[in-house]
Amino acid sequence: MAEISRIRHPNKRRFFRREDLPLYIMALPTIIFLLMFCYAPMFGLVMAFQDFKVDKGFFGSQFVGLKNFEFLFSSTDAWVITRNTVCYNLVFIVVNTSLAILMSLMLSELHSGKMAKTLQTIYMLPYFLAWTVVAIVLSGFLDRGYGLVNKIIQAVGGKGKTDWYKERELWPWLFVALNAWKGVGYNTVLYLAVISGISNDYYEAAVLDGASKFQQARYITLPHLRTVMCITLIMSLGGIFRGDFGLFYSVTKDSGRLYPVSDVIDTYIYRSLTTMSNAGMTAAAGFYQSVVGFLTLIFANWVVTKIDADSAMF
Amino acid sequence: MAKPALNKFNSISKGWNLVFSIFGCLLSLLMIVPMVLVFIVSFSPEISIAERGFSFTPMYFTLEGYGYLMKMGDQILDSYLITIAHTFTGTLCSLTLMSMFSYVLAQRNFPARKFMTWILSFTMMFSGGLVPSYMLNVNYYGLYDTFWIFILPSLVSAYNVIILRTFIQTTIPDTLFEAARIDGAGHFRVFTTIVLPLFKAGLATIGLFNVVSRWNDWFTGHMYIQTPELVPIQTLLQKIQANIDFLKNNAAISGTPDAMEMMRNLPTQNLRMACTVIVVLPILCAYPFFQRYFVSGLTVGSVKG
Repeated sequence: MAEISRIRHPNKRRFFRREDLPLYIMALPTIIFLLMFCYAPMFGLVMAFQDFKVDKGFFGSQFVGLKNFEFLFSSTDAWVITRNTVCYNLVFIVVNTSLAILMSLMLSELHSGKMAKTLQTIYMLPYFLAWTVVAIVLSGFLDRGYGLVNKIIQAVGGKGKTDWYKERELWPWLFVALNAWKGVGYNTVLYLAVISGISNDYYEAAVLDGASKFQQARYITLPHLRTVMCITLIMSLGGIFRGDFGLFYSVTKDSGRLYPVSDVIDTYIYRSLTTMSNAGMTAAAGFYQSVVGFLTLIFANWVVTKIDADSAMF
Repeated sequence: MAKPALNKFNSISKGWNLVFSIFGCLLSLLMIVPMVLVFIVSFSPEISIAERGFSFTPMYFTLEGYGYLMKMGDQILDSYLITIAHTFTGTLCSLTLMSMFSYVLAQRNFPARKFMTWILSFTMMFSGGLVPSYMLNVNYYGLYDTFWIFILPSLVSAYNVIILRTFIQTTIPDTLFEAARIDGAGHFRVFTTIVLPLFKAGLATIGLFNVVSRWNDWFTGHMYIQTPELVPIQTLLQKIQANIDFLKNNAAISGTPDAMEMMRNLPTQNLRMACTVIVVLPILCAYPFFQRYFVSGLTVGSVKG
């Protein structure tokens, strides 16, 4: 083997061939981008192990080992934000997926295709609104002085003076509802696209065998949705340590009274970053988020490989 | 989109169809009604809001809120222009970079293809996160409070490149490339004269995703922008939501005594809703026409590749 490789084969595939030069040139801007804005920040995670000082930078700051992590995990904050982030995301995944599947099954059965199309267009609409817009829309209902909800309570004889932005019990439900409101249309459209691609032969055969509508959904439609579901699932699990910043920050108006139920890793990092209390500890929280998220993704994919190799992402 | 009922035997009964239709329509109301409230309030007079609160039935309809929006002028207009500018410049740059890169990744016998796909895909799984990015952008790249912060850090999305590559591989046969190469066309020629024209649908899809996410981006402005003239409209909306005084202060600083007087009597609630309406209107108007592109993009994206 070694002998052969010493001989130069002019036509053998080499890593760099002259005729590929244009391809390298076309790829160059993106490669530079990836290095500057994706890989450099990964390297920047070293600041989690430093007593980071802005003027000394990544190279000059002193290394302090795991001190930042000790500091982070000795507070109760770490537990609260982890619990909030992971639990909300899990509930979001379950609620959105099941709602989307039910809705796409329903739409696919409608007699009028035109109606199904119009409805799916409407369902997807909130997906295109920024959280800042959703925040204002919601304040139309929940505003203390002018909001529709308080006005209705007054109209039926209640006091209607509640400041909803301080009601801790309400918000976990609200987060789930808002997230579903904004996201479920997207998944419905996705699943509906897959359903409409399923060959009719399956259903014809099923009808001949006397299968009911319910059985058809259970044994034909759902199995066909499995691959898409698995890929969306792996992707969402990879993001399970990332809280939706707009939802938890903008929609709650960053209300301090809600932090016990609304603070997620991202809002926590943002707050520490803007107040600049301790850059190293903030970076430690970021490091923790990135690494644990990555491990979850790998793990989720591994589990899917074990169950159904075809549905895995890589 | 719904699969056509294959025959009379296998479609749901008329009764169920009615139930599903009604339920579906109710759900769609749930999606629309909140937006309708915002529209109505934006056309309500301030006195009516003071009396009845945000209501579907104001005392009368007026353009008051929009009138004030016009008078506040500069800040709103600046923000609107910044949003338009960064959305379109950004999308154009993104599409250029991503289409070229996806063309490279679609070359089956390019030796570095595997490696490049890998370094791209890895960014989907692992990222440095906000803190180091912020430090780099601010202290090393000098992007703080500049227009480029809207463009550069969001140029390439790995996920979109993969979608584009799948588009090329599934819609343009390899033999076409081979034929063009044998005829002596270089990669640049092949890319501009063969791939790009065949690639319009793919680019439109990704372009639209890009336009929407850039239009909706309020976080970048929130994080990195200080100069009022550079604040995009979504960030402005967030500021107004948190504190309507932001607008008043800015107008008052630059204003004449007359303007300050106006500011004091400024309605806040319908103005806020009017501002929301002008932010979402472009998207709401364009969306139904582009919806089919989104759907096709979603479907290609879910194809494993």
